[in-house]
Amino acid sequence: MSKGNDARPKPRTIIEKVWDNHVVAERAGAPTLLYIDLHLVHEVTSPQAFAGLRERGLKVRRPDLTIGTTDHSIPTHDRSLPILDKVAEAQITQFEKNCRDFGVPFYGPHSDKQGIVHVIGPEQGLTQPGMTVVCGDSHTATHGAFGALAFGIGTSQVEHVLASQCLLQTRSKTYEVRVDGTLKSGVGAKDIILNLISRIGIGGGTGCVFEYTGSAIRSLSMEERMTICNMSIEGGARAGMVAPDDTTYQYLAGRHYVPKGAAWENAVALWRQLPTDEGAKYDKRIEIDASALEPMITFGTNPGMGIPITSVVPDPSSISDPLERDSLGKALRYMDLPAGKPLLGHPVNVVFIGSCTNSRISDLRAAAKILKGRKVNPKVRVMVVPGSQQVKQQAQAEGLDRIFKEAGADWREAGCSMCIAMNGDQLQPGEYSVSTSNRNFEGRQGKGGRTFLASPLTAAASAITGVVTDARTLL
Amino acid sequence: MEKFTTFTSRLAPLPIDNIDTDQIIPARFLKTISKAGLGDQLFFDWRYGAEAKPNPDFILNKPEGHAAQVLLAGDNFGCGSSREHAPWALTQYGFRAVISTSFADIFRGNSLKNSLLPIIVPADAHKALFAAIAADPAATVTVNLAEQKLTLPNGSTVTFPIDEFAKYCMLEGVDELGYILQQAPEIAAYEAKRTLSIDTLA
Repeated sequence: MSKGNDARPKPRTIIEKVWDNHVVAERAGAPTLLYIDLHLVHEVTSPQAFAGLRERGLKVRRPDLTIGTTDHSIPTHDRSLPILDKVAEAQITQFEKNCRDFGVPFYGPHSDKQGIVHVIGPEQGLTQPGMTVVCGDSHTATHGAFGALAFGIGTSQVEHVLASQCLLQTRSKTYEVRVDGTLKSGVGAKDIILNLISRIGIGGGTGCVFEYTGSAIRSLSMEERMTICNMSIEGGARAGMVAPDDTTYQYLAGRHYVPKGAAWENAVALWRQLPTDEGAKYDKRIEIDASALEPMITFGTNPGMGIPITSVVPDPSSISDPLERDSLGKALRYMDLPAGKPLLGHPVNVVFIGSCTNSRISDLRAAAKILKGRKVNPKVRVMVVPGSQQVKQQAQAEGLDRIFKEAGADWREAGCSMCIAMNGDQLQPGEYSVSTSNRNFEGRQGKGGRTFLASPLTAAASAITGVVTDARTLL
Repeated sequence: MEKFTTFTSRLAPLPIDNIDTDQIIPARFLKTISKAGLGDQLFFDWRYGAEAKPNPDFILNKPEGHAAQVLLAGDNFGCGSSREHAPWALTQYGFRAVISTSFADIFRGNSLKNSLLPIIVPADAHKALFAAIAADPAATVTVNLAEQKLTLPNGSTVTFPIDEFAKYCMLEGVDELGYILQQAPEIAAYEAKRTLSIDTLA
């Protein structure tokens, strides 16, 4: 090798570049001290962190890099009505007090910018390429769609970031998820990510950050990329990234918090340096052929238990590892599903269209395309919950709310709602839902409730027929 | 944080893979603004049936499980949400360590900040532990963090990995935030050279 080659910097992935740009200090025998550019805060995982600051007499170091909203425990009924759950109300009141006391700006229940924390960050232009973004919420991975290193943290770390704007972190492994080819009609971002997780399992990305690459990823809109990055955590990876490109810059241009004028041009020039260098090596790789994908749906009690919607539920007796076999058997007992049978045609009680995975305007448009001029099955309760007040206003401006209401669906206020079922929106024991959210864990949508995760198209189609339905039959 | 010391304990076996944090503590209990009372809500929907009646088959409702300070769980323990309420609930209940073949990243990090030791063991030792506890529910293990050693019921030992810094913090009871704040000059120096930034106050 020539001397010139040796002097050339080692090719790096975007994951490594963003990391390197945020190293504050590296002391021997300790993790790296990493700077955080954006800290999103919500009512559920922050109260004990603010309490910790009070106990220690500390301030929020950078309120200008911090923003709060109420999304998890907030009801999605008419916001002029009182919050009936007094525990939830107390949590929201305390959150507002914490933000005021510490000078943290926040979008309260009545703000026209309120919404799910992972919807409002990108929407307001707070999430930008090359940033480090954290939140006390595992779906912070969503923001990786912009080429940000974004990951969920616990409440102790929420306190660390509030106090110091830094975190002690160890470098993750890099994992390339390459998706090439053209998706078939009726197959989308949700199907890509559910397919990935069904292949690698929900622990497959543990210790890693995903980078999604390939022609199929490049052809996706920002909202679709967010859907994919959002569920990186369901594949075990704390973060998932897509390198920024013109799609990213077009989405960001003109949004509230992005730089304007010459500063914008400077920012874009810097962002163009972020994509992975040619020849950079990943610790792990997987390739997915987008053209071979079918709409995906989950049948079990974790997001890795997914199948093409035209397929059948797997049989535990075909699995050799005893713990794995027991886990699948336990899941099928909980779901009360027979092995070896298709899910298509299985009765559904509730359809939930919403969550940080699928509550953006393009998701609502997809659902509306199916619901327009049709009626939901009278046996099905259908909830459409926009991800933010801004999404809600946009949907109403386009008349989507009328389509939903005329079809017989319930059009709600913005929040996490039945994804996490802590605000009163929940399944009854034994009920089945087709849900556009991200987790089908036991009881996730209400104690005893049973969740089939799928795309907005599949959810809307199943709302019409009252059974699990391949949306391509209604397109 | 309290200093983590060597101890010997019975095991509460939970032979299920991919136990997620929604099972460890269901989301409806996250409306609290304190850390109090979470131990009573640990594994609530597995521990209690209708009308909050204890489920007699669940390990924590059996005398041998109730006495354990070590939880023996299936692979990929703690996956799902980032809620730190999960390790808070486990420690308040009385657990000091969880043994598995792997842990989800966020849960593992949260546990280390709360004196709850995630112990990763090889698959054969994991199987041997489940077999030992099936043969004798009173079987014990000894957890020695300083030497990173787990002594199995048959007297053999396995070593387990742990991040050096996390080990130091747990053994010495070091407060991680205090450690970070010592580096305020480095943080200020970094901030002085940052180029791009948002301003949420604008």
